[in-house]
Amino acid sequence: MAMKPSIVTGLTMTGLVLAGGLALAAGQYGPGATDTEIKIGNTMPYSGPASSYGAIGKAETAYFNMINDQGGVNGRKINFISRDDSYSPPKTVEQIRKLVEEDQVLLTFNVLGTPPNTAVQGYLNDNKVPQLFVATGADKWNDPKAHPWTMGWQPSYRIEARIYARYILQNLPKAKIAVLYQNDDFGKDYLIGLREGLGDKADKMIVATQSYETTDPTVDSQVVSLQASGADVLLTAAIPKFAAQVIRKVYDTGWKPTHLLSNVSTSVKAALQPAGLDKSIGIISAGYGKEITDPKWQSTPEYKEWLAWMQKYNPQGNIADANNAYGYGVSQTLIAVLKACGNNLTRENVMKQAASIHDLKLPLLLPGISVSTSPTDFAPIKQMQLEKFDGTTWEMFGPVISGAAS
Amino acid sequence: MTKGFAVVVPDRTAAGQYAGLSLGAWRLIGALALIALAAALPFFVSNYHVFELTMVMIYTIAVLGLNILTGYNGQISLGHGAFFAAGAYTTAILMQRYGVPYWATVPPAGLICFVFGVLFGLPALRFEGPYLALVTLSMALAMPQLLKYFDNWTGGVQGINLVKVAPPAGLGLDHDRWLYLLVLAVLILAIRGAANLLHGRTGRALVAIRDHPIAAAAMGIHNARYKTLAFGISTLFTGVAGSLAAIVVSYVSPEGYGMFLSIAFLVGSTIGGIATISGAIVGGLFIEFVPNLANDISDAAPAALYGLAMLLFMYAMPLGVVGSLAPLFSRLLRQIQARGAVPLGK
Amino acid sequence: MHQLLQQIFSGLAVGAIYGSVALALVMIYRATDLINFAQGEMAMFSTYIAWTLVNAGLPFWAAFVITLAVSFLGGMTIERILIRPVENAPVLASVIVTIALALIFNSLAGWIYSYTVQDFPSPFPDRPILGALITTNDLGVIVVTLLMLALLFLFFRFTSTGLAMRAAAQNPISARLCGIPVGRMLAIGWGLAAAIGATAGIMVAPVLFLDPYMMGGVLLYAFAGALLGGIGSPVGAVVGGLIVGVTENLVGTYLIASQLKLTVALVLIILVLVFKPHGLFGTGIVQRV
Repeated sequence: MAMKPSIVTGLTMTGLVLAGGLALAAGQYGPGATDTEIKIGNTMPYSGPASSYGAIGKAETAYFNMINDQGGVNGRKINFISRDDSYSPPKTVEQIRKLVEEDQVLLTFNVLGTPPNTAVQGYLNDNKVPQLFVATGADKWNDPKAHPWTMGWQPSYRIEARIYARYILQNLPKAKIAVLYQNDDFGKDYLIGLREGLGDKADKMIVATQSYETTDPTVDSQVVSLQASGADVLLTAAIPKFAAQVIRKVYDTGWKPTHLLSNVSTSVKAALQPAGLDKSIGIISAGYGKEITDPKWQSTPEYKEWLAWMQKYNPQGNIADANNAYGYGVSQTLIAVLKACGNNLTRENVMKQAASIHDLKLPLLLPGISVSTSPTDFAPIKQMQLEKFDGTTWEMFGPVISGAAS
Repeated sequence: MTKGFAVVVPDRTAAGQYAGLSLGAWRLIGALALIALAAALPFFVSNYHVFELTMVMIYTIAVLGLNILTGYNGQISLGHGAFFAAGAYTTAILMQRYGVPYWATVPPAGLICFVFGVLFGLPALRFEGPYLALVTLSMALAMPQLLKYFDNWTGGVQGINLVKVAPPAGLGLDHDRWLYLLVLAVLILAIRGAANLLHGRTGRALVAIRDHPIAAAAMGIHNARYKTLAFGISTLFTGVAGSLAAIVVSYVSPEGYGMFLSIAFLVGSTIGGIATISGAIVGGLFIEFVPNLANDISDAAPAALYGLAMLLFMYAMPLGVVGSLAPLFSRLLRQIQARGAVPLGK
Repeated sequence: MHQLLQQIFSGLAVGAIYGSVALALVMIYRATDLINFAQGEMAMFSTYIAWTLVNAGLPFWAAFVITLAVSFLGGMTIERILIRPVENAPVLASVIVTIALALIFNSLAGWIYSYTVQDFPSPFPDRPILGALITTNDLGVIVVTLLMLALLFLFFRFTSTGLAMRAAAQNPISARLCGIPVGRMLAIGWGLAAAIGATAGIMVAPVLFLDPYMMGGVLLYAFAGALLGGIGSPVGAVVGGLIVGVTENLVGTYLIASQLKLTVALVLIILVLVFKPHGLFGTGIVQRV
């Protein structure tokens, strides 16, 4: 009786709402994206000599798990598929092909390593698959003209080295510089960046260089050689284990150079503490992110939020491992891009949104540093700030410097 | 159930015949069928799987080289990854610097690796056992460093990017399938070559040197010549494999040829069956698929699972898959043969 | 001149590290005729066990002794359970098994303890002496290595177990006929080697810093050192290790750019072996037909 019209009305209302909802949800989709899911592909070295970086992949998995628990991105869950490539380019090619051709992912995200990324750059660009936020500091990922589907994320090693060069020219113009670098693209980029930054003074100022392989047990011999060159500035482009050895040996031999240290080895717990905090006083570096074992940041709400995430979603991870902060930050960047895509989840739109990030502030970036891109600027983070270690914490000094890309 | 019959040689027309054909004829039919199957396979699977299978075949050729040296000739090598790299870089440099078409780079790569192998085999004559292991391991360790040092030629740490190969026009094949068939052709040549070598005089000499070097020398076999030759042939195979790998992957860099590659070859070789030819196929399959499987099962500690798989294979089949199964297969064959014998007094 | 001395001393310091791991390699070789590719990873894992104990509050020397005992038992167990099945198989099978062990230990360590570099306490005070040529830490490593060498030497020469072990390795069949429990000798050999490796790892961790790859590079040089000295000779192992350490440093400083240091050092070692194919102190095995 009186029920019938209500039922009709109710049904009509429901129908209208549903239709409206469907219209809203009806998006444009590339491969790997549906109403309920976004598939993301990634390779990391989970085995082999670079497997310490596998922690980044695990952090990213944990971050996406958290996002999914919170409802996903615009109602869609992230399906993060991360595979092992052992840092071997042929294996990377294989895994990326599998992700693109078999798993049909929407995009590839934070693939790690310069050789692995170089191996798949042609394939991904040819097949118009986003190679987004690659996990390496090489300069060449910022080249939208030649490779419109490839984008880096962190400040490149050359930008950092140029910042050091500028610091030396401004503060120590008569310096004699010694460089210790890891014998691969990471270490060599510092050498190249330093030379670029010093310009025509490079040959005169750089008096000695020594390299090491990651299979070398110690680098004591190299440090001794560099000291014998009479240099008074030392640039160390090394990963934490070797940086710790360098710091200690430099102290033990009584050499007191102005010590510039690569950003990858600024971890208080992983590099400075093993070397000896007192032996690390006065070391200068350039940072873009908050150093998570630095007591200064541990009382801030951003750190506490990160820590809570670690404890809930990534309990296996080491809270002293900077890789976990890195994974956290780069994942946040991707989520921001995906959110901006709305319902248009095509590969083209993903790249478009990735190339229009305006001043995105991430909780673990240093104050004053943010993420920005444009169609001609594929270097999301280009700012760094100089910092000096005082025995307990890294003290920032000077302005936030924006490294010119190339 | 055996009625105590003596195995008498059956009358001539029935000697060694199975359904009208000799064993040799059956072998030929079997081989041709396998080849036909292998050639048809890529048209039934996706591009990605074709790529995977191509890599399996490449690793098979590499492992076959190692089998010749370590399996048939008893000289252990922990350094074959270096020769793989040498073949790959020869191809890369010829293609990129001198514009040589890709298919024409494979024979020079093989030749250069043959020469390197012989040159290396000469001092290796002095060493045995763990000493030879160290010497070959040194090669594997030194190679990435050398590749990084001569960066004018090798592109140093950045590697060399190669142009993707275009399949010949008119065949209607895409890039992946064309390369698959090319590599298949090389594999067939390699297996045929290895079989001819190892089942003939040279092979017997190699095995004699492996098992009883003093007796072999006493019988007039020139140990040094054969051992050096074995080295060269072995590295020729592995170098050709490396060359093909560079063409298929289209990129070479020092990171792809570290010590672990040499170890992977030895692992694949031993698990397949070090002194066999078909074991190389098992080895190729192991190298390509087991790490992926391990990663799929656990991304916490995939290498531990890989190690576990190695252990299980070694316990179950210490002579390798083919090495352990082949004698069983031969026994089965002999039993079939025995059934065909005419019993006495019947 | 000063630099030369510094390079030599730092070469001796790192050479002692190689020598101590080489000792463990030689131990297993003498006992079982095998090269144990997992030696470095086992030592690293033992060091992590010590680290866990120290972090739990135990004093250093207590943790050290417990770790030695655990490593000894662990080594014996590995021999009994993991190596025994391939004892009679071709040598390559054992090679693969030890390689597999190395992978497993490394991966487990990374999984349990993560790959971040850990702090490891040193039993020796860390002070530079001799005019900054060497630290007390480095000196401690050298002293401990020589001590282990001396103990091993005495063990093999003057104890009946040592003699039994040598017999079991050289001629298992005859040894059995003499009533020597060959199986147990093999297990003891592995146990001792594991203990030596653990000592090496614990001494070395304050210097090289503890992470799952701590022993990766060391094993290669230790292998070279052991062979250079003669794979059957403990004295040779230590001397070989020291030579490798010093040579590597001097080559890198005076001979060639550090980018080719590893290559040239290996070439030199091989050259020595060409002239002495059984190592400096090794004796050739005469084969009778």
